Amino acid sequence: MSFLDYLLGTRKKTATVAKDRLQIILARERVDRKGPDFLPELRQELLQVISKYVKIDLDQVKVNLEHDGNFEVLELNIVLPESITGTKKSVL
Amino acid sequence: MTKVIVVTSGKGGVGKTTSSSSFASGLALRGHKTAVIDFDVGLRNLDLIMGCERRVVYDFVNVINGEATLKQALIKDKHCDNLFVLPASQTRDKDALDKENVGRVINELRDSFDFIVCDSPAGIEKGALMALYYADEALIVTNPEVSSVRDSDRILGILAAKSKRAEDGIEPIKEHLLITRYSPRRAAAGEMLSVPDVQEILSIPLLGVIPETEAVLQASNAGIPVIHDIESNAGQAYRDVVARFLGEDVPMRFLTADKKGFFSRLFGA
Repeated sequence: MSFLDYLLGTRKKTATVAKDRLQIILARERVDRKGPDFLPELRQELLQVISKYVKIDLDQVKVNLEHDGNFEVLELNIVLPESITGTKKSVL
Repeated sequence: MTKVIVVTSGKGGVGKTTSSSSFASGLALRGHKTAVIDFDVGLRNLDLIMGCERRVVYDFVNVINGEATLKQALIKDKHCDNLFVLPASQTRDKDALDKENVGRVINELRDSFDFIVCDSPAGIEKGALMALYYADEALIVTNPEVSSVRDSDRILGILAAKSKRAEDGIEPIKEHLLITRYSPRRAAAGEMLSVPDVQEILSIPLLGVIPETEAVLQASNAGIPVIHDIESNAGQAYRDVVARFLGEDVPMRFLTADKKGFFSRLFGA
């Protein structure tokens, strides 16, 4: 990139983009790392319970632990397939 | 007291083996009895970089399984005294290593060496975990590039959680950042993460910066660790790294680009 580009401010330097992206993703990954070890297991067991009633994939169960001041919020996000009743019947 | 140092990175191809070979050679050149262990079982390469590939008879896994003694397996380096290489096995897989037996081999090495350098394989599987488990200090080899920096951060998390020091709840592994393949010119142009950028992101103390140099490939071609090439920037940078590791106050070098002319700056080269 030339000095003229710099003067005109036409492009953000890629090193700056790289640094920004890394800081965001690493902040998130560091929080995940601090989380308790039981999260993957919890996710697996939840999946087993849910799949007794509904056909569901592992990636449709999201377990997140977030820190907010003194609070820890355990967030469960389960995406159910469109026709639950139909699936349920076939399972039963 | 013997120090165990792991050279690790998470990502492959960033210069772990190059750095292990030069760092271990540098410690030996400074008069310290040093052993360097290749933990990359199945993909042995330290022997090739150190130029002792034709002298491998027994390997790390043979020692682990009690098929050879340490004395039989250790290869004396031909470029410097005080340095011995313990090659990885080429035919087994990484499951051949376990905590108990690796610990036994490292303890046996403690009797006769000042420094034990563990050259970690890439990844975060068994081999890499075994290489870092007994470490007192760690060199985190990082390229100024997004995936390498991210993987280094991941490895820092593993050092803090899965090492013996972490399990025993004693003083954590001392971490050192080693930036390799650095191009001061590209960093100055904003095309590459700069040394302060990488330092800020990983926030661990900087041990050294190895500039991207043709000499590194030439050294591996020849099987002579680049630290022996005292003419080259990389060789000198590794000598500085070793001096700093041993507690000397050596200023950073090779961080700025050669000056370019006015016109090439104006219009971009």
